[in-house]
Amino acid sequence: MKTTVSMTVNGTPHRYEVEPRLLLVHYVRELCGLTGTHVGCDTSQCGACTVHLDGQAVKSCTLFAVQCEGAQVATIESMAKDGQLHPIQEGFWEKHGLQCGFCTPGMIMSAAQLLERNPKPSEMEIRHWLEGNLCRCTGYHNIVKAIQWAAEKMAAR
Amino acid sequence: MATARLLGSSIKRREDPRFITGKGNYTDDVKLPGMTYAVFVRSPHAHARIKAIRTDAARKRAGVVAVFTGKDMAGVNSLPCGWDLRKEKNIPGVVQDLAMVPHMPLASDVARHVGDPVAVVIADSQEAATDAAEQVAVDWEVLPAVTATDGAAASGAPQIHAGAPGNVAFKWELGGGDVAGAFKQAAVVVKKRIVNQRLIANAMEPRACVARYEDATGELTLWVTSQNPHVHRLLMCAFVLGIPEHKVRVIAPDVGGGFGSKIFLYNEEVVCSWASRHIKRPIRWTATRREAYLTDAQGRDHVTDAELALAKDGKILGLKVATTANLGAYLSTFAPAVPTFLYGTLLNGVYTIGAIHCQVTGVFTNTTPVDAYRGAGRPEACYVLERMVDAGAAALNMDPAELRRKNFIPPFSGAFQTLVAVAYDSGNYGRAFDRLLEMLDYKKFRAEQAEARKQGRHLGIGFSTYIEACSIAPSKVVGALGAGAGLYESGKVRVHPTGMVTVYTGSHSHGQGHETTFAQLVADELQIPIEQVEVVHGDTGAIPFGMGTYGSRSASVGGTALLMSVNKVKEKGKRIAAHLLEAAPSDIEYANGQFQVRGAPGKAVPFGAVALTAYVPHNYPDGLEPGLEETSFYDPANFCFPFGAHACIAEVEPETGQVTILRYLAVDDVGNVINPMIVDGMVHGGIAQGVGQALWEGAVYDAGSGQLVTGSMMDYALPKADMLPSYETDRTETPTPVNPLGIKGAGETGTIAATPAVVNAVVDALGIDHIEAMPLTPERVWTAARAATSRK
Repeated sequence: MKTTVSMTVNGTPHRYEVEPRLLLVHYVRELCGLTGTHVGCDTSQCGACTVHLDGQAVKSCTLFAVQCEGAQVATIESMAKDGQLHPIQEGFWEKHGLQCGFCTPGMIMSAAQLLERNPKPSEMEIRHWLEGNLCRCTGYHNIVKAIQWAAEKMAAR
Repeated sequence: MATARLLGSSIKRREDPRFITGKGNYTDDVKLPGMTYAVFVRSPHAHARIKAIRTDAARKRAGVVAVFTGKDMAGVNSLPCGWDLRKEKNIPGVVQDLAMVPHMPLASDVARHVGDPVAVVIADSQEAATDAAEQVAVDWEVLPAVTATDGAAASGAPQIHAGAPGNVAFKWELGGGDVAGAFKQAAVVVKKRIVNQRLIANAMEPRACVARYEDATGELTLWVTSQNPHVHRLLMCAFVLGIPEHKVRVIAPDVGGGFGSKIFLYNEEVVCSWASRHIKRPIRWTATRREAYLTDAQGRDHVTDAELALAKDGKILGLKVATTANLGAYLSTFAPAVPTFLYGTLLNGVYTIGAIHCQVTGVFTNTTPVDAYRGAGRPEACYVLERMVDAGAAALNMDPAELRRKNFIPPFSGAFQTLVAVAYDSGNYGRAFDRLLEMLDYKKFRAEQAEARKQGRHLGIGFSTYIEACSIAPSKVVGALGAGAGLYESGKVRVHPTGMVTVYTGSHSHGQGHETTFAQLVADELQIPIEQVEVVHGDTGAIPFGMGTYGSRSASVGGTALLMSVNKVKEKGKRIAAHLLEAAPSDIEYANGQFQVRGAPGKAVPFGAVALTAYVPHNYPDGLEPGLEETSFYDPANFCFPFGAHACIAEVEPETGQVTILRYLAVDDVGNVINPMIVDGMVHGGIAQGVGQALWEGAVYDAGSGQLVTGSMMDYALPKADMLPSYETDRTETPTPVNPLGIKGAGETGTIAATPAVVNAVVDALGIDHIEAMPLTPERVWTAARAATSRK
């Protein structure tokens, strides 16, 4: 029943025997040992599991690992480079964009995609973009500010 | 070594680097060798007799380690209810004793709500456990179910517990003043039915636990999503499993939000702890979101008939409240306290009221148990009062701002005795309201509103001038009211030989930022750099004891315990320094991070040198113990009473029932503030939850089948970023005299205040005086708008 799935996660090749029903998020969390990607729901609403699959932000609870054979996956653990936080990570820290921290990795991965596609989003564009990421702590106020902060910092570079 | 004052400054959170890099350590991240995985078999029916459970097929499957049912758990007791309401205990206000119905970890006779667990399957992998759980066969005899709050106690309703005839859990009352007289002299009496619908907390991290029993030592370690790990340990050891408390370590690591739902002792953590002792392997259980919807204790669920008596000039003469509170299928850990002592005691609000009477009937239904959800009783009280005040203003054709101002309790500090048992600590309600009106430019808004109405646009404004009781709680008081536990907090300060400091708090952070705020507090008091201070929480193996985090108590109660320990450290340090400086201890003062002779700052020993001396006591006072570590327990003398004024400006489209929030403003007074950025963040999140209740959220049970219709994030409408505005917030600061920090508590204000502000705004926009039920879905708003038009 098991099948072999290989993929590159955060630049490191991985190869595991998995059940066909294994979700990408569990491949990343349980097999690769990267627990920064979280599972907050079972209906693809909360977005805590957001990762980048071949450069596209996806909900990793909504894909089977077998669908990702040969893919390049980037998780929250890859965002800081050489000990330097990504500007979006900095923004969340600077603007208090997190409280319990559980939704944060998904928020950051989702925001990274937004700023890639739209480097100068308006407040409403940020809010609409975040429809697929739920936060129960912040009321979104400071998450919006964090992403605006990051956008400004990235524009200045 | 002077350091900038940290108290009152918005320093960035010290816990954030691990969260923003994906290095947090939540319960589901815990990996142990030999791990097994638990899946629970749950009732698909709201009410059903269990005729038989067949587990053979499940046991035979590959990878299955064990299958247990309730019958296997002989000797394990009911989950306890930690709040008693019985006349023989002299609990005030008890009209009918609380029915202490049993709540077994695995139901073996009758399942009483959808999701009630009846068996557990433990296997080598999550997949094997999931598959085997489907092979557990239960013979059900489906029984009729009741879910409605106002139908539970009706004659002919299905009976849920043998020990609770008529499904009544308790009857209780509270009040003061001449209620009959007040209503007799009223110019206007307003009567409204007010439904405060059931909510589901929806912390983003689902509940989870890992239980590891070590045969060699007899020790059990439980990692669990808990707001209060010591309470979990105590309840599990003393009441349910009867295992020795000192052999159990409970760790609540990073916890992804709680909002009350992670206070309580739940079936799954008890079953996994018990089962780990049997299979002698670690067990992990993580709720799916669907399980969270079915089993996390839910919130609110009141149906209230309220009457407000007013004089012609707008003075509030009297309030009568009759509430039915739905407790669900069982008594959750603190369930009876929520609709009684956390509810009735807040009905005085910020107003001078002539007389108040409140009666509450708690009922059982075939639904998930109800307990504290952010605010817990106080939002329900605030909603009743603030809704009635606006309805009263409408009846008198008076501006709701004017009616409020006319009735505010004048500024005071010390004590204001309410008619509903509690005495407020300090308040200046008019000041917060004035600030709000200033931020609003209220007169200008009313002009804009009138102008907009001419153009066919319906704008509305809603106020909420709330009060809440927090800093929970004086143990003697809550003991007299039925609490099974004290509600003090512990704080330990350990100074290491190098002058580094570890702080241990019994309160727990699951988003509140303790690692930052408590470090600010201790570093400031010791006048040392914050980098020298580390905060530890959430581990019964490290922390003396603790009551945990709820009721906005961490900074005020937990912080004061830490302050007491810091002061003890300083006192001992003075004796050590006096010896080193050859001075009298009474001549030593602590300033600028050093112990110095008063009036002679040149004669001084730095904090670090005193710490080293305490651990290398070669030159040391006779009779003084080595070491520099102090523990304190702080039990507050009273609750604290934060207050404030919120306003919502909304636009309503009567044709579609669509509500849009244009502005949301909040002025909160939570006493002194350690970290304004963190307090503002909690206010923001609270507002979102309060708005969520007003407009979108609500647990819906199908009346016939008892199925939870809103059992997923697709069906339960949580607030999303594009549904909410940015908030305009400010604070007034009226310190409490109750604790030396002057801190009242800030965790729940937004949730309490926001719901009535939003509903009042919609009511104002439509020019009506009430909408009975929330959330204000387009259908409800459209219906209310149509009814108003047809009346005109």
